[in-house]
Amino acid sequence: MNALTVYLVIAAVLFSLGLFGVLMRRNLIAMLISLELMLNGASINFMAFNRFLAPEPAVGQIVTLFIMGLAAAEAAIGLSIILTLFRRLRSINIERARRLGG
Amino acid sequence: MTADFFTLGFAHTAFWILVGIVFAGAGIAVFPRNIIYNILGLVLCLAGVAGLYVYLGSLFLGLMQLLIYVGAICVAIVFAIMLSRPLHLEMPKRKMPKMVLGGFSVGIFLVSIVAVLWKTAWQAAPERSTDWSITTIGHMLLTRYSLVFELISLVLLVAIIGAILTAGFSRRLTS
Repeated sequence: MNALTVYLVIAAVLFSLGLFGVLMRRNLIAMLISLELMLNGASINFMAFNRFLAPEPAVGQIVTLFIMGLAAAEAAIGLSIILTLFRRLRSINIERARRLGG
Repeated sequence: MTADFFTLGFAHTAFWILVGIVFAGAGIAVFPRNIIYNILGLVLCLAGVAGLYVYLGSLFLGLMQLLIYVGAICVAIVFAIMLSRPLHLEMPKRKMPKMVLGGFSVGIFLVSIVAVLWKTAWQAAPERSTDWSITTIGHMLLTRYSLVFELISLVLLVAIIGAILTAGFSRRLTS
């Protein structure tokens, strides 16, 4: 429980599950959800290194706060793009959005 | 001594239950086809990650995780779920080759990264300060990391204005 490796393995598994979701799902919102899982895996990594190794233990928390802010911005932009895409194509399936490519 | 042992055992058990909650939530967030289950699994997983932050020593970040992720981002995603296909329709089947290929590549990634972090002998920094209170975070945000702080606020502002532009005005412009 009090080992760095345990937290790193948890973060790696979380990241891999998110990656699997991004690769598998065709629903855009589901892909966004998987992306949040990947961001959380990265945050756990930062917090674990912050707790066990870092010379200044406050820096990891600051990085994690920045990740949260970026995730909020990403969610806002992603959801608005999905909304516009749904108005144009009447669907949020990623395969239907193929015609966006030139 | 025994009381100490009991407290420690309780903390261990609670930690592994927490890890189970995180993995179960992540599994629910990725595997079911129904998007409602996905978002509920994401909420479960993010709450578990907040608990992990408390175990890592930062109650503040656990609270921020609950506030920002569970309270704001998940609710925003729930608003967008109405765009998904109706739940009573039958789901099309998954393509098996795609599943196998995706699982294979993710497996390679996971095995390699776990092997790397198993092989590495992590070394702590020679001098570690022990101060990681909220006060220190605030001081560092306003002194050394002030540029990044301002940049994040700018990015958030631009993102919100962009979201309003893409989602709000396009209807008026197109119809």
